[in-house]
Amino acid sequence: MRDVVITGVGLVSSAGEGVGAHLTALASGGVPNTDAETFAPFTVNPVGTLEWDRQIPKKSDQRQMEAWQRLGCYAAGLALDAAGAKEDAALKSRMQLIVAAGGGERDYAVDGQILTGLAKAENPGIFLNERLMGDLRPTLFLAQLSNLLAGNISIVHGVTGASRTFMGEESSGVDAIRIARERIASGQDDIFLVGGAYNAERPDVLLIYEMGGFLWKKPYASVWERPADGGGMILGSGACFLVLESREHATARGAKPLAVLAGVASDRSRRKAGSVEGALHALSKQLDAKPDLVLSGATGIKGITEEEQAALKDIAPKAAVHATGDLVGHTLEAQAATGVALAAGLIAEGKAGEALVTSVGHWRGEGAIRITKA
Amino acid sequence: MALRDQQGRPLVAVTGMGVVTSLGQGKDDTWAALTAGKSGIHRIERFPTEGLRTTIAGTIDSVDVEPFCAPVLSERLATLAAEEAVSQSGLAQEDFPGALFIAVPPVEMEWPQREALAEASGQTGDVTYKDLLTAAATGRFKPWHDLFIFGTVADRVADRFGTKGSPISLSTACSSGATAIQLGVEAIRRGETQAALCIGTDGSVNPESLIRFSLLSALSTQNENPEGASKPFSKNRDGFVMGEGGAALVLENAESAKARGATILGYVLGCGEKGDGFHRTRSSPDGMPAITAIRQALDDAGLAPDDIDYINAHGTSTPENDKMEAMSCTAVFGERMANLPISSNKSMIGHTLTAAGAVEAVMSLLTLGTGRIPPTINYQVPDPAIPLDVVPNVARDASVNYVLSNSFGFGGQNTCLVFGAEPKGA
Repeated sequence: MRDVVITGVGLVSSAGEGVGAHLTALASGGVPNTDAETFAPFTVNPVGTLEWDRQIPKKSDQRQMEAWQRLGCYAAGLALDAAGAKEDAALKSRMQLIVAAGGGERDYAVDGQILTGLAKAENPGIFLNERLMGDLRPTLFLAQLSNLLAGNISIVHGVTGASRTFMGEESSGVDAIRIARERIASGQDDIFLVGGAYNAERPDVLLIYEMGGFLWKKPYASVWERPADGGGMILGSGACFLVLESREHATARGAKPLAVLAGVASDRSRRKAGSVEGALHALSKQLDAKPDLVLSGATGIKGITEEEQAALKDIAPKAAVHATGDLVGHTLEAQAATGVALAAGLIAEGKAGEALVTSVGHWRGEGAIRITKA
Repeated sequence: MALRDQQGRPLVAVTGMGVVTSLGQGKDDTWAALTAGKSGIHRIERFPTEGLRTTIAGTIDSVDVEPFCAPVLSERLATLAAEEAVSQSGLAQEDFPGALFIAVPPVEMEWPQREALAEASGQTGDVTYKDLLTAAATGRFKPWHDLFIFGTVADRVADRFGTKGSPISLSTACSSGATAIQLGVEAIRRGETQAALCIGTDGSVNPESLIRFSLLSALSTQNENPEGASKPFSKNRDGFVMGEGGAALVLENAESAKARGATILGYVLGCGEKGDGFHRTRSSPDGMPAITAIRQALDDAGLAPDDIDYINAHGTSTPENDKMEAMSCTAVFGERMANLPISSNKSMIGHTLTAAGAVEAVMSLLTLGTGRIPPTINYQVPDPAIPLDVVPNVARDASVNYVLSNSFGFGGQNTCLVFGAEPKGA
């Protein structure tokens, strides 16, 4: 099996743009940038204003995307730049792509108008047909389709080896990295762009998680503090993409690895008390993890967050533990890649020797990723 | 016979198949109708169609689920297909010894649920998402969180069949079903698993999803004669017809399948894929991505173009796809393309979208197993620009050893699979 190295990272979130900005924010240890007003009583980590033109030069492309796609496309461009791959059309034409994505994005005004009218409509079915036919923007569909983030990355950045899109909240982010790593390690492919994007500043996603009772509605608190007060998630807008390649491939093209993606493990079970703690033990054992740094994807949900804390005390008793949620909010499909990006950055700076990135999904799915020195 | 392919990788055998389409539940019913040239396309009765440009589809109306919505119907179709496939394979029904790869339609909350939330909010004036959020906070709608997140269909199917590890839910648009199979093949070749349950499912014919395709002018509007609307490769084709379906394949390392005495139904010999950065919904005018995907699939299978006996087409019946597919196949197969049978199952079951690649994989394997090629029905007006042997209107018996199955999708997705009765040189 071949070594798989990380040679480029593209990261945007409420903490800014680029790994450097995130590591600075992490080191400062302050309270993250949150917005408690726009979607009150919900707090979100909003993404700052980005100069879209820098990574998505054509306005027509920007118009064809909704926010989650623009964020992802932007972060993908940053990762390609960081890996020194952006200008190499031949390399990008054989670069493989896995995107972890949700989808959706709606026209909220249209939805509201239709719901208002439906309640009074003489024939609701016909009313719905007429309004949807008349009011939906045809191109909105392309901004809703899960695989169109990958499609946009192919169009905007020319990454056209082949793409596949994994869905399924947090787990999809871990499994995207897992499958990419396995394909490179086995020799099937040399280089991948992999990651995800999430737009939290959307009432429809807040609605899904509010129905389930998963959102934190009190003043900001760290993910570790929330369970004692009922628990809950603060969703964050952001995107993270990684360039992964075999060590030989990186060496041959003169790319400098930030860190080694030493292993990715994931699993699921029908959860019960203790299963998350047990899963993290099993996954870290599978990876033979001995981390001195942990980037946790903890959500702040009651029960599973304490179980993760307990597991980490055993797995990594002396490690520095950072919660990515306390830096960027919970970015669902992008959370695992974000943890890997930060871990790779810290290892590249010599601030850690081996890192473990955890991903305990808010509802299902557990994952762990081991990163070591290049 | 060697149980490794020419590249030294484990051969991947198919030991179970299941399918449900608008033509019937189970592969026997579906295959009988498909080879009889029957259409499953009909007028939509599930919801009112007044005001719509397209009023026909290949919905599956015989399967009832509660609450009626795309994720629950998709889960049910996946389960029906997988029950048939796992049963045929002889593997444990509730302790499947391998991974799950499932192509699922992107899910989101649907109008009946939005309406229920709006009503529960008590808002009698203008409804906004603030009102829906107020209703959500009551906790009365908790099950809908699980229902409308993206990983749920896979999670429930994983629980039902006891598959191992983290299930992969995936989308590559209209090639998703083929990608699910490809991921399973790759996992077996890498030795990560001895078996994989690969599923494509789609039960998403509802007003909004139909209207979305309609607004992109992708659908046939020839509603008068539903059974005649899907006309792949015909000159008067005018768009695809949405269909619903589920299909499942049990893939196994051929060595372990033989060791346990399983009946091998065929082999997945090759997978090819290529991205296209030309346009969100249109293919590169030169067809290079599709051509590359076909060539890669042949190379991966260790076959030459001349080895292929039949092409199970993507054949959507849109003006663009069928032209591009014919051009790409001609580029790969050359003059032989005029006589190489290529037919589209979509002429009868419509475009089952996320499920299509998996449904058509099952049909490709049945062609290998029975020596019968299902026709392209509704082929009355040939398109002189794409002269093909589309197996017009009537099934044909032929000696078929190797089949190419094409899948292409929005977002530059091109995935091709090669199936064989036996590996070459066996």
